[in-house]
Amino acid sequence: MNLIKILKNAFLVVLFSFVLSACATKTKQMGSQLQGDVYTGTDTVEYLAKGVPDRVFFATNESVLTTRSRDTLRKQAAWLRKNPSINVVLEGHADERGTREYNLALGERRANSAKDYLMTYGVSSDRISVISYGKERPVDSGSNPLSWSKNRRAVTVKAN
Amino acid sequence: MIRKIQTIVLLILFFLPNNVYSLIEVDITRGNLNPLPIAVSPLFSDEKTINNGKKELEISDIGSEISKIVENNLKRTGLFNPLDKKAFLQKPDIAHFKPRFEDWGLIKAQALITGKVSLVDDKLKVEFRLWDVLAGREMIALAFTTVPNNWRRVGHIITDKVYERLTGEKGYFDTRIIYVSEKGPKTRRIKRLAIMDQDGFNNKYLTLGNELVLTPRFNPTNQMVTYLSYFKNLPRVYLLDIETGLQEVVGDFPGMTFAPRFSPDGKKIIMSFAKDGNSEIYTMDLENRIVEKITNHPSIDTSPSFSPNGKYIAFNSDRSGYQQIYTMKSNGKSVKRISFGKGLYGTPVWSPRGDLIAFTKLHKGKFYIGVMRTDGTGERLLTENYYQEAPSWSPNGRVLIFYRETKSDSEGKGFSAKLWSIDLTGYNERLVETETDASDPSWSSLLSN
Repeated sequence: MNLIKILKNAFLVVLFSFVLSACATKTKQMGSQLQGDVYTGTDTVEYLAKGVPDRVFFATNESVLTTRSRDTLRKQAAWLRKNPSINVVLEGHADERGTREYNLALGERRANSAKDYLMTYGVSSDRISVISYGKERPVDSGSNPLSWSKNRRAVTVKAN
Repeated sequence: MIRKIQTIVLLILFFLPNNVYSLIEVDITRGNLNPLPIAVSPLFSDEKTINNGKKELEISDIGSEISKIVENNLKRTGLFNPLDKKAFLQKPDIAHFKPRFEDWGLIKAQALITGKVSLVDDKLKVEFRLWDVLAGREMIALAFTTVPNNWRRVGHIITDKVYERLTGEKGYFDTRIIYVSEKGPKTRRIKRLAIMDQDGFNNKYLTLGNELVLTPRFNPTNQMVTYLSYFKNLPRVYLLDIETGLQEVVGDFPGMTFAPRFSPDGKKIIMSFAKDGNSEIYTMDLENRIVEKITNHPSIDTSPSFSPNGKYIAFNSDRSGYQQIYTMKSNGKSVKRISFGKGLYGTPVWSPRGDLIAFTKLHKGKFYIGVMRTDGTGERLLTENYYQEAPSWSPNGRVLIFYRETKSDSEGKGFSAKLWSIDLTGYNERLVETETDASDPSWSSLLSN
């Protein structure tokens, strides 16, 4: 009888700790991926070369580069200076929470904000072209803040 | 100015036999909770016409098919209640010749449509009458001839005449909708230009889906469409001739051109041109290709729309820090912010009557379609949803069509894009059925006038 009780309690404790740990990982994951409302994870990021991420992320309605974005773009600029034969297209994107036409303009603004930064770090403007897709080409289809933050991006794509 | 409440039968007139005014009147300025009971008798056609209809148009009975079009049009307005044909006591040909009003009154019809159609020698001849059942009087009698392929339009033209006679306002039934047909996953959506009649029939695709296309809009004569195409990955404003299918780029500037619309006289296209992170509004004269810069501001200026008299432009700008609606003279002078409510405002579209601007509003995570007067006063929100935008006016300024998207998970499950319409009154919200998912609707003007 006693044994059963002990086993039962032990089972509950184990179960409870499972629930707790599940919660813990979830919050931790969210925390590492969303800062303010800017995505900081890497699960949609591709790499132009080793250690050179292809994209930067923006806050809602913003085209201002974050510290992390500037860091990424400096890496891209350094890599582009070392590979002068490579031209790039900067694709600007917006999330789905805006009107189509405004988002086209916003995507263009984001792409240019990344382009300007690459130029300040020595990449010639004639190697960079810009295209905005507005909200037309999300990477994540979700209708939630995390998905939207992955979609607010400027992606540097090799053009040749 | 303010019309009588709902459907009013002016009984007083009933006792004044010589009065020439119509007795039935339908008020469209507010939500109509008592739609007018109307009997749409099938148009009479003889055997020869029925057989020709089967052979040439592949329809079983052209007369009753046309009356079904009228019936469905009237029903969708929310202002009329077409009665069940099973209750009709009089045969179509006799009713058209001389209705027995007591019979129609018995089934509570207040108005009656009768008619006759013949299809001989490649000609479709139609006549119809609208009757005031209570007064026992003819309100319209009209006859016209057209080509057989126009048979659906016949139903729409009859509806336009009936609607105009009973409401005092022009109809919007002999019209078409141009829109973007959508298919495929949300991350790689395939989009094609498509056109259909206002009731969803005669759907045709105008592009193949090889490149992304967005925001098609009609010119005033409905023969041309201006839209944004990503042909060769260069987002530019294009012009498409609907009849010939010829396409040409009009906004070939060194940057992106987008958000195009025609001027009310059809001679210019107004659009945004984005370069170096700044979007400005430009016009291009289609004849001499002279380009004029209208706005000059380091903010985003987009979604321009002319007033119907061509003197003003409403547009969307974030010069205040956030997306708001502004108006200016057509030369770019006298810029004035008109939206001051809480939230973000976009996609201003001037009503064909000139007195209102329809818009999209984003507030606390919800999207609204609304209208305001052209000075920004009298804001009225018509509908709230997770995502909806891009209103376009019916040619009489009484109905708005727009598109709505649903929420989805990260795999895109749950996602849909559909066209919806709503009356200016905020009532009568309806799904506009399309073969595929659809967005960016634009309403034509009346095809026949």
